[in-house]
Amino acid sequence: MPGKGLLIVRQRSLIAITAALAAGALTLTACGSRDEDGGGSDSNGGGTTVVIGVDAPLTGDLSALGLGIKNSVDLAAKTANKEKTVDGVTFKVEALDDQAQPSSGQQNATKLVADKDVLGVVGPLNSSVAESMQKVFDDAKLVEVSPANTNPALTQGTKWNGGEKARPYKSYFRTATTDAIQGPFAAQYVFNDAKKKSVYVIDDKKTYGAGLAATFTEEFKKLGGKVVGTQHIDPDTKDFSAVATQVKSSGADVVYYGGEYPQAGPLSKQIKAAGAKIPLVGGDGIYSADFIKLAGASGTGDLATSVGAPVEDLPSAKEFVSAYKAAGYKEAYEAYGGYSYDSAWAIIEAVKKVVEDNDGKLPDDARAKVTEAMQGVTFDGVTGKVAFDEFGDATNKQLTVYSVEGGTWKPVKSGTYEG
Amino acid sequence: MNELPQQLVNGLLLGSMYGLVAIGYTMVYGIVQLINFAHGEIFMTGAFGALTVYLYVLPDGTTMWIALPLMLVGAIFVAVTVAVGAERFAYRPLRTAPRLAPLITAIGLSLALQQAVWAWYPNAKSARTFPQIEGGPFEIGSVTIQTGDVFLFIAAPISMAVLAYFVMKTRTGRGMQATAQDPDTAKLMGINTDRIIVVAFALGAAFAAVGGLAYGLKYGQIDFRMGFILGLKAFTAAVLGGIGNIYGAMIGGVVLGLAETMATAYIADVPGMSQLGGQSWANVWAFVLLILVLLFRPQGLLGERVADRA
Repeated sequence: MPGKGLLIVRQRSLIAITAALAAGALTLTACGSRDEDGGGSDSNGGGTTVVIGVDAPLTGDLSALGLGIKNSVDLAAKTANKEKTVDGVTFKVEALDDQAQPSSGQQNATKLVADKDVLGVVGPLNSSVAESMQKVFDDAKLVEVSPANTNPALTQGTKWNGGEKARPYKSYFRTATTDAIQGPFAAQYVFNDAKKKSVYVIDDKKTYGAGLAATFTEEFKKLGGKVVGTQHIDPDTKDFSAVATQVKSSGADVVYYGGEYPQAGPLSKQIKAAGAKIPLVGGDGIYSADFIKLAGASGTGDLATSVGAPVEDLPSAKEFVSAYKAAGYKEAYEAYGGYSYDSAWAIIEAVKKVVEDNDGKLPDDARAKVTEAMQGVTFDGVTGKVAFDEFGDATNKQLTVYSVEGGTWKPVKSGTYEG
Repeated sequence: MNELPQQLVNGLLLGSMYGLVAIGYTMVYGIVQLINFAHGEIFMTGAFGALTVYLYVLPDGTTMWIALPLMLVGAIFVAVTVAVGAERFAYRPLRTAPRLAPLITAIGLSLALQQAVWAWYPNAKSARTFPQIEGGPFEIGSVTIQTGDVFLFIAAPISMAVLAYFVMKTRTGRGMQATAQDPDTAKLMGINTDRIIVVAFALGAAFAAVGGLAYGLKYGQIDFRMGFILGLKAFTAAVLGGIGNIYGAMIGGVVLGLAETMATAYIADVPGMSQLGGQSWANVWAFVLLILVLLFRPQGLLGERVADRA
């Protein structure tokens, strides 16, 4: 009976599908309940649990920087728990991976907003990701402190360059310096100290890279330097040979690159291989050990500006560096470690103030209160004095130029940019 | 300084790499009408195979002149193993299924291979540096050729010649042609089509492995995502040259590489086009070229019989 046979087959496949669905559903619920269990057991220790969210690229090209951020925030939370900085509150870190994609960042933001225990978020790394997250956090009145975003528009509005500064989101703060300072600072160093007069400017067309290249170009021209060529690269490729050939034939004596190290490394290498033995200068996005690895031996002499004074040189940072080593993290703290620690600590300080003002308990509208308290937070952090101005920008506007020497970044000059 | 000769060489090198990978797309398509989207990842595993030989098989400090042939063997071995495994376990069970099923499988396999390398290859979560051939660049007139590119310059034409000889002169090669024309009749003539299909996958993988090694030598780094964009470009090259035609794949690759390089270097100089130039627009121009070619020659530059297939 073929009909019956078919029926059996159908039933079997039905059973198989049902079984698969059931298994899938079970796995999903298992995940869910595990998370809740985790939260519950932690909160037993110190009364209330406050979660500090982290959003950074934990996988992919930029993961070296992202993992440094995650570990540093984790260290801040552990330190606060150990020292009982906030009585009755245990801090927990929830790190999400944004893969440097604005779309993933927004999903993560929604996820963090949905978790009622989250009272502050550290991140993201990329300015473009921050753009997609700001509104989600602001609607939920959840405070966000970025250790790394340098695009001026994030705090001062899109018309920041025309003198109409307007803060778009009250919940967004950063411990990093902006490109409005970083680009010109680099231009001054290149023109006045390194004595380079003709530059070839390259960027990756992302929020961070294009913004940085623009502020650099403006200041460099103002100083009397010449821009002999511009190029925008495609960050998805590793073949920059055509661009490198153009740089060589342009006769530039320095290249400025607005972008991040995964492209900057190969770019520097290919420019030198094409026969143009000139330094590549970039912002904090290329200030990573991975840049040196990717640029290879010919990268010696390349320059990067990064926010703040060198972490290793500050007395306040010695403690952080040794604590980080003692905690035994697998990855280095990289360019933003100190800023991430300070960002997390700023959240902890804000929570502390809110709890103390409310007789040692978290108020019902804790998120709004923490955001409010953040404006007034000041403390001596890893990177110096941490405080925020009326736009949510760090008041500490120090920058340092680093140069690749003997396979590491060596600080060359520290200073502040005076407009 | 006139940079045109240098830009032509840049484009030719980039195009040769596209061509080497495109051969795999075109051969598999010619025989089983499958667009093997996992082929870019085969290219990637080939590069990692070469790196594995250098890092974990050879003693430290082996000179590249000895290491290179062994790395090539390692690259080909890994890529062919992965490709043949994929054919046996992912595509063969679906040979009689509707054409969409193997296509989706290929996309899934592509993701799976990427994630497998990401998860299990040591330190592959970010880019890994690839060993470089010592010695400075070669200057020929105003053209500079990097030491790492010499391999590509030599390997691409040789690979192409070997492939042409194989397909035209050997028994298996003729069997491939017959299977491509009509698999059922070929089977009736006593050709083991299953074997032919495996050979097509293996050959494509071997060329992709050569490309993978060339990529590592050229750029000095490889990562788990390197195959994705390059695979797409190689597929474009195969379509441009006429999918199913092995010479077309190589020509299509070179044309695409030159088009991208020229667009990067010169479009911005055209009056009024400065906004549409530069490398970030190179892909746009490459695809404009593709659309134009397909408008006037739907079968691709050298294609023959795609019309009755697709």
